[in-house]
Amino acid sequence: MKHTISILVENHAGVLSRVSGLFSRRGFNIDSLAVGVTDDPTISRITIVADGDEHTAQQLEKQLHKLVDTLKVKTLAPDELLARELQLIKIGAAPSQRSEVLTICEIMGAKIADITANTMTIEISDTTDNLSRFQELISGYGIKEIVRTGTIAIQKGAVTIK
Amino acid sequence: MIQAAEAMVKCLEIEGVKVVYGYPGAAICPFYDELHKSDVHHVLVRHEANAGHAASGYARMTNRPAVCIATSGPGATNLITAIATAYMDSVPLICITGQVSSDQIGCDVFQEADITGAAEPFVKYSYLVKDAKELPRVFKEAFHIAGTGRKGPVLIDVPMDIQKEMIEFEYPDSVSMRTYKPTVKGNVMQMKKICEALASAKKPLICAGGGVFLSDARDALVKFTEKTGIPAVSTMMGLSLYPSEHPLYFGMLGMHGVKSANEAVSRCDTIVLIGARVGDRAVKSPKFLAKTTKIIHIDIDPAEIGKNIPVDIPLVGDCRMVLEGMTEIMPDCDHSDWVKELSDIKNSVPEEDETEGFVNPKMFLKKLSAICPENTVCVADVGQNQIWACNNFEMKKGRFLTSGGMGTMGYSLPAAIGAKMACPENEVIAICGDGSFQMQMMELATIMQEGIAVKVILMKNNRLGMVRELQTVHYENHQMAVHLKGSPDFVQLVSAYGIPAERVETMADAEAAAERMKNAKGPYFIECNVYKYETTL
Repeated sequence: MKHTISILVENHAGVLSRVSGLFSRRGFNIDSLAVGVTDDPTISRITIVADGDEHTAQQLEKQLHKLVDTLKVKTLAPDELLARELQLIKIGAAPSQRSEVLTICEIMGAKIADITANTMTIEISDTTDNLSRFQELISGYGIKEIVRTGTIAIQKGAVTIK
Repeated sequence: MIQAAEAMVKCLEIEGVKVVYGYPGAAICPFYDELHKSDVHHVLVRHEANAGHAASGYARMTNRPAVCIATSGPGATNLITAIATAYMDSVPLICITGQVSSDQIGCDVFQEADITGAAEPFVKYSYLVKDAKELPRVFKEAFHIAGTGRKGPVLIDVPMDIQKEMIEFEYPDSVSMRTYKPTVKGNVMQMKKICEALASAKKPLICAGGGVFLSDARDALVKFTEKTGIPAVSTMMGLSLYPSEHPLYFGMLGMHGVKSANEAVSRCDTIVLIGARVGDRAVKSPKFLAKTTKIIHIDIDPAEIGKNIPVDIPLVGDCRMVLEGMTEIMPDCDHSDWVKELSDIKNSVPEEDETEGFVNPKMFLKKLSAICPENTVCVADVGQNQIWACNNFEMKKGRFLTSGGMGTMGYSLPAAIGAKMACPENEVIAICGDGSFQMQMMELATIMQEGIAVKVILMKNNRLGMVRELQTVHYENHQMAVHLKGSPDFVQLVSAYGIPAERVETMADAEAAAERMKNAKGPYFIECNVYKYETTL
């Protein structure tokens, strides 16, 4: 089962390696990891998607919390979170195919970020599943390069992690 | 303005540090130059790992963070085993390492090692100091982190140029860390629940671990045990919490434990694990135990609860506060039948036999402990000698120290040095095998240099006995790489250091030697000739 965990940590050197090191050390599998600073510049927020059973998830939360730099740890329930990933795809679309590509992009909410005589770079931000679907749809046009960020997630509604 | 190196020494002085263990090198020289002017006593060990182990022995006796020091590169990496050993047993250490100049970090210069990176899995926390002004705060925090909550080693890596900078020195009065606030006070509702569960149990059992020592709760534990009349066992790290002869104490549990303790664990209906982390050597099949037994787990580290064993009643808190609280609210109960059942098992242990021409290590350690003062600290190494000591050295009011979690060979002698320096009035005896002795015998020089009256018992069977036993049982007796050929004459070797030493080959000789050792004012060494196939249990 996939678990999405939000961690607030002190924003200083070495913290990310402590967090990521914990995963390999304790034998947890990490699917993705994304980190960025919050509205408070001294605090970073890490979003981790990890795989494992309920016991693993609980242990993970406790071990993360035990790290001296950790301010808060919260596992977000799947039905209570908004999750997004950002993907940049460079395809080799010929001018004749571009209108088809544009149609797919429009339907999927993607936009063209860059264009050359024989390539297009598409930017899309969505859930992991939708990104995979988009990738499938676009694969017929000759994918040259793909780059994806890790998932970031926030709780639905008014609740916050502070 | 003072030099940062001087500030580092001042930090130690303010923290009340009297002794530090270390080994100098170029990258830590500015700090040593300031140490030179200080009253803090520096003990030069003969290997950095032993600086860590000596500090570990010191820290465990004082229950306060102790300090070890190494230089950059190999000095620091040599320290890692000691850091890991302390981490596994939650021993509070402050490990100070020199680092190459900050402008050279990352250039692979001479004696450079990324020690904060390399030691990361084994430290409670670490600092790579890049701004000299932060040193006072770093030291204050380091001592706080090492010595509170679940204790452990904290590493402070200080580049050489940082040590030489000039700073305004002001030591902070308090620590303000928004991210680190360990829970110490147990939840009262959970405490009540535990007491009710224990009162209604037919066969309750206390299993006490090293965490009880760490929270200074030995007296509180014994009081709780005596008030409730609940029988108790201990883990290896919990040895000496109860005197061996205590009528409610049934010994060490686990793979290398005694029958009475293991029977107690398998027969009990409710077990309260206190300051014990249910390591695999203590409880082989925790899930199986949890199926038949109500599990109560008390620990200061929330991450230990449910890590290795499913728990019915969890309680996060400091063992002493919890035990004192529970002693107050615990109703009276009577478990005399259950205690009698266990006493019968405890008393039915068959007598050991002598083997001609050899010292039976189990019999000898029993006899030795009988003549030792009440406050004797027994420091066991790792291997068969450790288990012989665990199960046969009868503890009274002293301490049993060993590397329980990591099982680090070569721990006993340096840890004994630290223990003796922390508590000079206690008799301190290191017990080791001829394998482990050869991983630490360089510290005999430290003993002489400092005039430390540590007594050493060497169980010599010319092999790595525990591995040999493993190979005999599980690997068709293929005795591979376990014979210690080429070992020196240890009595001559120890004598060469100027330490009185003798070899004994019979029980009668051994007992006479033990008397001589007891009366010796300084260090003393006895080599016991042990039968090659002497069993661990």
